[in-house]
Amino acid sequence: MSEALVTLETIQKIFPNAKKPALTNLSAELFPGRITGLVGPDGAGKTTLIRLIAGLLTPTAGTIRVTGLDPIQDATELHKTIGYMPQKFGLYEDLTVQENLELHADLRNVIGEDRKATFKRLLEFTDLSPFTTRLAGKLSGGMKQKLGLACTLLGTPRLLLLDEPGVGVDPISRRELWKMVHDLIDQGITVVWSTAYLDEAELCEEVLLMNEGQLLFYGKPEEMTNRIRNRSFQIRNPSGSRRQLLERALSHPKVMDGVIQGHHVRLVLRANSSPLDLLELDAGENAELIPVNPRFEDAFIEALGGGPGGDSVLAQRLQPIEGDDKTIIEAIELTKTFGTFTATDHVNFAVKRGEIFGLLGPNGAGKSTSFRMMCGLLSPSSGTARVLGIDLKKSASLARQQLGYMAQKFSLYGNLTVHQNLNFFSGVYGLKGHRQKMIVNDMIEIFKLQPFLHATPDTLPLGFKQRLALACAVMHEPPILFLDEPTSGVDPVTRREFWTHINGMVEKGVTVMVTTHFMDEAEYCDRIALVFRGKIIAAGTPDQLKSEIATPENPDPTMEDAFIALVQEQVHE
Amino acid sequence: MNNALSFRRLRALCRKETLQILRDPSSNIIAFILPVLLLFIFGYGINLDSSAVHIGLVLEDTSPEARRFANNLYGSPYLQVTTGLNQKAMEQAMAAGQIRGFVVVPQDFSEKIKRPMETAPLQVIIDGSEPNTASFVQNNMRGVWNGWLLQRATEHGEKPATDITIESRFWFNPSAESRNYLIPGSITIIMTVIGTLLTSLVVAREWERGTMEALLASPVTRTELLLSKLIPYYILGIVSLFLCVGVSVVILKVPFRGSSLVLWGIGSLFLSSSLGMGLLISTLMRNQFNAAQAALNAAFLPALMLSGFVYEIRSMPEVIQAVTYLIPARYFVTAIQTIFQAGTVWPLLLSSGLFLLLSSVFFIGLTALKTRRRLE
Repeated sequence: MSEALVTLETIQKIFPNAKKPALTNLSAELFPGRITGLVGPDGAGKTTLIRLIAGLLTPTAGTIRVTGLDPIQDATELHKTIGYMPQKFGLYEDLTVQENLELHADLRNVIGEDRKATFKRLLEFTDLSPFTTRLAGKLSGGMKQKLGLACTLLGTPRLLLLDEPGVGVDPISRRELWKMVHDLIDQGITVVWSTAYLDEAELCEEVLLMNEGQLLFYGKPEEMTNRIRNRSFQIRNPSGSRRQLLERALSHPKVMDGVIQGHHVRLVLRANSSPLDLLELDAGENAELIPVNPRFEDAFIEALGGGPGGDSVLAQRLQPIEGDDKTIIEAIELTKTFGTFTATDHVNFAVKRGEIFGLLGPNGAGKSTSFRMMCGLLSPSSGTARVLGIDLKKSASLARQQLGYMAQKFSLYGNLTVHQNLNFFSGVYGLKGHRQKMIVNDMIEIFKLQPFLHATPDTLPLGFKQRLALACAVMHEPPILFLDEPTSGVDPVTRREFWTHINGMVEKGVTVMVTTHFMDEAEYCDRIALVFRGKIIAAGTPDQLKSEIATPENPDPTMEDAFIALVQEQVHE
Repeated sequence: MNNALSFRRLRALCRKETLQILRDPSSNIIAFILPVLLLFIFGYGINLDSSAVHIGLVLEDTSPEARRFANNLYGSPYLQVTTGLNQKAMEQAMAAGQIRGFVVVPQDFSEKIKRPMETAPLQVIIDGSEPNTASFVQNNMRGVWNGWLLQRATEHGEKPATDITIESRFWFNPSAESRNYLIPGSITIIMTVIGTLLTSLVVAREWERGTMEALLASPVTRTELLLSKLIPYYILGIVSLFLCVGVSVVILKVPFRGSSLVLWGIGSLFLSSSLGMGLLISTLMRNQFNAAQAALNAAFLPALMLSGFVYEIRSMPEVIQAVTYLIPARYFVTAIQTIFQAGTVWPLLLSSGLFLLLSSVFFIGLTALKTRRRLE
């Protein structure tokens, strides 16, 4: 085996004024011609580690060697041999594609014939040749990502550090980027790829799995998934509510983790548990238990100590919402234009009571714009948005009383304490007196917020921050919940817990509308609409969308396969 | 090739910065539109001259002597006289701010003035709430009074009470127009805005957008990074300086007596001190909001209040006067007002220049020390 390009020895990083270290006791070696994944939720320490390797931060303890150099002492030498793409790609948005490339070429002394050849090669590699005169700010997310990569490749680096290059980018661009990175690895370049998507971990040759500054696993992703071999199953064709089935399954002592996959339910059993009999779960006569391939995420959940139980205390205290399954959220030819840009283009959908409806699409597709029109935060350029029969253009505040809204990145007040946030949001939604006090105390108990009451949300672990945001959105017991990217960046256990609450509330009759760019999360929805460039390109149940594109070669496509196929169909038309 | 400074890298960075300035509407507004706007506000909107102050006159005595005195008052170009019936009405008018002061010529004025042994009373009441205007009214009143005495003495064939007469001339600003010193002063404000506010914002923006992180991970050195911010904004500032001078001289008709070369020299020193402060701010604050707040408080407000541009330093409390010695804008205000109104006065320009040089070295040096090629 060749020599390691990067060696990390018992690295520790503590930021001034931070309570907890951002990284503790991390050791690893990265080898040339390999792709190493830094995998973990937000706040795991991925960016800190990449910055330490790039010599942009000084470690508190431990030693780092990159190509034999000390990243701090020999920063100048080091920066000639590495390419670093920060989050948001580090591009100058008011410079054109060509100007961005020229800047980086000059900075890395790529001149003369070499420069021409490199530009030609990189522009072909990234398919950006037709767009050289376009401003970087006007590129799509996928194109920005490719330009960012092209800029870092200009000096032909030996080590490529990519910080969350796949986040929020559409799945087609993401797959193309992976292909490009594999080409680079064949040329002997070492690649570090950080990601919060656990499915990307399986594509890496080696993985550092991190959580809250701790290294949970270091090795080949197969070693990690092998730990839970023969423990993953899918319950096909269950009868009755699959949400109730999941609830029963998660409360079963043999089951470690479970998710909904369209009409099916996927389960992971605990280590050394005896085989599961479907009768124990009352899954119906036609239900079958089929073994499936283990996933990296399953192993991560085990490493975090298993998934949460199936009961939602939050949902249990809710009164069932009576009513027939009539349409209560409706978008008719909904359109929003910003100048010449059409963010939402004649969008139609209808959501029935007690349904989970999802808008699935990459960043910038127009999900959030549609969403904000549906809750009356933006007024449509044309078309109608209705909630409970109320036109949001006419009486938005009346409709908003019936909504619980959880915004992207949890809109909490960072300088109020947890308790003050709860009091404030309950007050805003009209709760007062004894009832307010009672509900706030219930929330504190349900979400186990007692130890953090006097802390500010900014200092909370991400999982608790999410709990608090959910608590603030549901305190007034709204019959409709709007969730905008509710679980981006959180660890899978927290995501499971979140969906347990949502499923429980939906069973009580709450209607949920959710936006997401996680393909997996879309599987929880009863129906989803795929949003791409402002339009809904397909809608239906997750199973319908997947079966639409099933082929003999790929009989059991994933949600991501479905999305890619449907987008490509759209582009070819 | 020198390791700390590669000409190619520096040129690439400067080119990038220039393209950004040209394409960013907010930079254009701050660098070109705001200065012209400010010049017009200071040139036409603000006027600190007290020409034609409104005063009142109560003429209780209607003798020829008293009338002649009244005529002299009417004749003064600096006073706008309204005649009133009684003292009460005048007091009310002054309380309402319609007049700045009033003169009462009592009934026995001409009687008493004829008696050699008595002094003739003449009551002058001035609104003291604005001291500058008050002393202006007082001086003009005294002038009218002296003129009248002189006239009266000549008519009566007597020698005037004194042989000495004061003939005052305003040098450097003969018409004593405030515009002529306000406009050069306001150029200081404009230079401060471009030097400190604009630079601190653009650097903070690089941090916010993550482009600084990408630069730091490239072979760019500290020197290149600093120079690439200093050079384009220096050029922008100098262009703006001469744009302002052009507008002042051609459109606002402010006389310019000094040398452009000297102005360029001293302007460069002030600009590098402002740029240094802007860079220092943005090195310490990494978001645009904080940078703007800091630039406003550390550079813009002192330049406006403590530079002697609007408020005269000699009338400030001594402690504050001492503080003004630390404000670079103070030296540039003195220098540019001198260049505009008096020409090239070397001793004054050299001492101002020396201080500006020191403060440039201080700010740029401190920025260089504080600039790390790391994120912390």
